[in-house]
Amino acid sequence: MSAVIENHHDDHHHGPAKGLTRWLYTTNHKDIGTLYLWFSFAMFLIGGAMALVIRAELFQPGMQIVEPEFYNQMITLHGLIMIFGGVMPAFVGLANWLVPMMIGAPDMALPRMNNLSFWILPFAFFILLSSLFMEGGAPNFGWTFYAPLSTTYAPPSVTFFIFSVHIMGASSIMGAINVVVTIMNMRAPGVTLMKMPLFVWSWLITAYLLIAVMPVLAGAVTMMLMDIHFGTSFFNAAGGGDPVLFQHIFWFFGHPEVYIMILPAFGIVSHIIETFSRKQLFGYSSMVWAMLSIAILSFVVWAHHMFTVGLPLAAELFFMWATMLIAVPTGVKVFNWVATMFKGSLTFETPMLFAIAFVVLFTIGGLSGLMLAIVPADFQYHDTYFVVAHFHYVLVPGAIFSIMAAVYYWIPKWSGNMYDERLGKLHFWLSFIGVNVTFFPQHFIGLAGMPRRYPDYALQFADWNMVSSVGAFLFGVSQILFLFIVVKTVMGGKKATDQVWEGARGLEWTVASPAPYHTFTTPPKVD
Amino acid sequence: MSTQTYYVPEQSRFPIFMALSLFLLVMGASSTINNLDNPESNSAYILYAGFISLFTTLFFWFRQVIKEHLAGLDSNQLKTSYVYGMAWFIFSEVMFFAAFFGALFYVRSFAVPWLSGEGENGVGISAIGLWEGFESSWPVMTTPDKGAEYALAEKSMAWPGWGHALEWLPLWNTIVLLSSSVTVHFAHIGLKNGDRKKFNRFLGITVGLALIFVGLQAAEYYEAYAHYGLTLNSGIYGSTFFMLTGFHGFHVMMGGFMLAVMLARSVFAGHFEDHDHFGFEAASWYWHFVDVVWVMLFLFVYIL
Repeated sequence: MSAVIENHHDDHHHGPAKGLTRWLYTTNHKDIGTLYLWFSFAMFLIGGAMALVIRAELFQPGMQIVEPEFYNQMITLHGLIMIFGGVMPAFVGLANWLVPMMIGAPDMALPRMNNLSFWILPFAFFILLSSLFMEGGAPNFGWTFYAPLSTTYAPPSVTFFIFSVHIMGASSIMGAINVVVTIMNMRAPGVTLMKMPLFVWSWLITAYLLIAVMPVLAGAVTMMLMDIHFGTSFFNAAGGGDPVLFQHIFWFFGHPEVYIMILPAFGIVSHIIETFSRKQLFGYSSMVWAMLSIAILSFVVWAHHMFTVGLPLAAELFFMWATMLIAVPTGVKVFNWVATMFKGSLTFETPMLFAIAFVVLFTIGGLSGLMLAIVPADFQYHDTYFVVAHFHYVLVPGAIFSIMAAVYYWIPKWSGNMYDERLGKLHFWLSFIGVNVTFFPQHFIGLAGMPRRYPDYALQFADWNMVSSVGAFLFGVSQILFLFIVVKTVMGGKKATDQVWEGARGLEWTVASPAPYHTFTTPPKVD
Repeated sequence: MSTQTYYVPEQSRFPIFMALSLFLLVMGASSTINNLDNPESNSAYILYAGFISLFTTLFFWFRQVIKEHLAGLDSNQLKTSYVYGMAWFIFSEVMFFAAFFGALFYVRSFAVPWLSGEGENGVGISAIGLWEGFESSWPVMTTPDKGAEYALAEKSMAWPGWGHALEWLPLWNTIVLLSSSVTVHFAHIGLKNGDRKKFNRFLGITVGLALIFVGLQAAEYYEAYAHYGLTLNSGIYGSTFFMLTGFHGFHVMMGGFMLAVMLARSVFAGHFEDHDHFGFEAASWYWHFVDVVWVMLFLFVYIL
């Protein structure tokens, strides 16, 4: 029996297949990781272009560039593409590249399903984007697609939207099952749970959240489909249903979804801060427990998105306190990152700059989240630009900065080449300034009462909107630099050592740079 | 853990064909649904093409997996991966049903009473003159709009009382499905003891019971549509009733199909050993899961 296995493995070590079919038929976690990362970058640019359409329209009060209907399609697609096409696939790509190497596994547990999870995505987003050219235009009801706007008043393309969400969900569930099974079953001997690198821990928890809530989203869009086309009344009070029911189901998915987009970032940042502080991470086990608590709490806070729909007082109080409770484990994490840096021998390479910016700016986003958690205050802030500023602070300098940090940190391992440090730092500073110029003023106009999702606004909001638009274009253009840096690094550059970074620890730094096509075909020894 | 190296399959064409099939399937489904009132539309052909290519791909994919397994390529570790993978898949299915049960509980406990005017401090929806005269009850037989937009059912599927219990289909369905869980367990015991005859017999009975269940469910739906006036369009009771039982019925069909495939593999190809039969085990887990969902349905949709 083992002869069969050996034979089969011989042709494996030749490395990747040639040509396009390498990418179409691959079962290799590194190839699939690369596919995910490039796909998410393409989506990031498309979604970013949509954001720039929005900011261009808002540069001045009055209607300038686009029709209000098209503006609504832009805000909807921008949100959907950035969340489901940008941030989530980027994290799955990182998981594909890193999790098997970090736990000493030869590949993901279910390699063919891994390929399927990826290849569903281009089709799903083709369907979503093609809705722009359909009669009645693309979905125009915001990424949260509240009923009845997304049912009774939706354009016909909503059916295509529903089914594309279905297959995106299938992709996410399969991807998440793969990650969980890999982590539970494929760790090299000696890699016990509490010795797992934090990125692996963060993904184990994220994958659990994904498997738990993506089916709920599938349920929500199925009810929409039935309401629109088959006469049910889930979200229609005339038949005994309730539009608020949609919001409950959506946010039962939506709030864990928020943490799906930030937990892997926690893992990444923990690695980078540890490496560039040249110290052991402060409070490893409390980091794990904090992530677990955040994940569990994420299931009981959903209605804080719905304080103004007319919930009973008891529900408002419960969801307010439960939400505030999340600040405790999050505070633990921020404290641990700072404590890791305390008295460390810090150097500030590009990944470290992004990681530190993450800690500071994510904390700002977290604090505005606490403000929003206060029920009476939320009655004022709800659906204003303050909310927009809040979630962009946790998603752009939060999730996206962590992804960029991860790319700079691990790209020498992936490509075998060092990136250009000077350009990397330039990219960081342009992004850092761009992000803050874009989103910080949105706190002010939000507190002053500017509602979100409108293509026009009152004159008193004009100045800060102009500033915000300038920042957005700065941020957008600096991502072209990012693309240039990545391509330049992949094409060539100073050769990276195996360890790459002086303080780097973990199994992925013990293999060659670039990492061989197949790593750990026999489990490494870990003490 | 053994020192065997892990079997990483070669490049495979199945996933990309599967993704393409799903693409055809959902494009076809979306355009068909959008063109329901347009008899000129050909979109249904895309849908059929999607279904055909999906099933073809699945057939060859699973055949490949089975072949690899029979060739001894699967390490013990990979077998464990399949076990974990199936368990987490069933968990995701549980959460899918949770969304619909959540909707049911929400409308019963909150939405319907609120629509009838209940609310904090007596200031309910009736204070603004909406849905006047709507009485909260479950099942909701008269919708808040009194049938203006939604058709009203004459009769619900709820528990008819002890006097009529024996002519109540859901009770028989419960008996059928619970017995099928027992028979699939007997089949498992037979297989573990190396008694292939017993395995085939009890698995065959299980598949038969699955068919009976689906038949009874179809009869129930016919009854609802033809005699009770209870349809998808009967307001929130019809919505929750048909979606919950419908998705369950769909899962019964999938589970029954899986078991039928296992039966065919055992009868015609002699697959499965007393110590090595995860394909069957996965299908039987799925079957027990479908059974548990039914017990919940029976309790919360029919009885309570």
